[in-house]
Amino acid sequence: MIALAKLLEAALFSSAHPVAVADLKAMAADGEITGDDVNAALQELRRHYDEDGHGVELIEVAGGWQILTRPEYTETIERAQLAARPQRLSAAALETLAIIAYRQPIGRAEIEDIRGVGAGQMLKSLHERELIEVVGRGEGMGRPLLYGTTPGFLEQFALRHLGELPRADELAVALRDPDAPPTAPPAPPPLLPPPADDQAPREPAAPVTVDSESPYADAEN
Amino acid sequence: MQRDGEVFVVELTQFSGPLDLLLSLIRDEQIDIQDIPVARIAEQFLARISTLALDEAADYLEMAARLVRIKAQLLLPRREGDELWEDPRAELVRRLLEYQQVREVVDILEQRSDARRNRFARAYLPQNFSSPAPPAASLLLSLPELFAAVDRVLRLAKKPTVHDVVPRALDVDGAIATVRAVLALRARARWSDMITSDAEPWQVLSVLLALLELAKRGELRLEQTRPFGSVEISGDSASEAA
Repeated sequence: MIALAKLLEAALFSSAHPVAVADLKAMAADGEITGDDVNAALQELRRHYDEDGHGVELIEVAGGWQILTRPEYTETIERAQLAARPQRLSAAALETLAIIAYRQPIGRAEIEDIRGVGAGQMLKSLHERELIEVVGRGEGMGRPLLYGTTPGFLEQFALRHLGELPRADELAVALRDPDAPPTAPPAPPPLLPPPADDQAPREPAAPVTVDSESPYADAEN
Repeated sequence: MQRDGEVFVVELTQFSGPLDLLLSLIRDEQIDIQDIPVARIAEQFLARISTLALDEAADYLEMAARLVRIKAQLLLPRREGDELWEDPRAELVRRLLEYQQVREVVDILEQRSDARRNRFARAYLPQNFSSPAPPAASLLLSLPELFAAVDRVLRLAKKPTVHDVVPRALDVDGAIATVRAVLALRARARWSDMITSDAEPWQVLSVLLALLELAKRGELRLEQTRPFGSVEISGDSASEAA
């Protein structure tokens, strides 16, 4: 392995959370090293783990990279009480997260309207778990708090960025009904508005973190 | 990031909300979502929520009311070919489709979450694990050294200051005797006659209680002619006569 790959391995091994390519690059402390070098080294490290048969793998997630154990050892590790799988989220929690992920920034009233259930306690719990955060305040009565997802959300759902979630019009349930009578109320906007043009095919609707500016985007381009 | 948030794990009902329940009824009945027989569905909906506890039923009741209203709207007669007529179910259909979409995303999130749950990160520590106690540091001391240190500390420690607390019980009986003696000499007296200027608090209190006690017994009268004025103490003539 090249020296850079070894350094990256050490850095990723020591971190509990994904490390962004930009941070890895800054750590290399060598002005000559570019993002491409870091990405190449990461790919080498990943190949090394995959092909030489390692108990860990290199995963790209939440705008960064992370070393994780392979799933085939999960039960054994858990039985030995070295680590424990986190509890699953309830359906109600997942619904709330799904709505926020697609509609962010979104206020509580809109979430409650979609789910038909009060959301106050749920928002508090999700916030405590650092899966959502307050991203601003809306217009209108009382200037309601607007919520968005956090990097922790991406991490917990193994998403590189929000664009990895399917677009609303790619979902099996088509929200717009072509057979609807013309007198029907105008169709509401879909969960995730389709992109205005092909330039931003998978960009989420909201101005949320990730994507164009994330180091990961460099890696993919 | 994980905590024992019971909100997440324990669902009060098997449904996550009224729309979930409604979708489940529609699925069970194999109904076209675009053409819901509202009367039948409303009836079943009400039957299902009658088992819910009151506080969790609120969200469901709102939906029940909505269904009943739609049912009523559908019963209203309308003219043939009325172009302005809107299907009262349209809004409900829209919400159900939207909710179905949410459920589909939930399935995706669930799959992804499961994939991630089966991988552990470095230094992963669930927050409900208690952190291990720090290891006991070994003492580089012999036993005599330890005793000597303890001895030094004890010698350095100041002797505690001990305060003597003297009980000063009130002497109301003594004060009563004093007041009687004063009143025996003078028909009218003042507070200042009863007490010396250097009296201690317990003496002041004793005299005060004695005066009140004697006034209660009717042996003397207390008079104050104006607010904050001095109090006139006079022996009661009746008791004098006795």
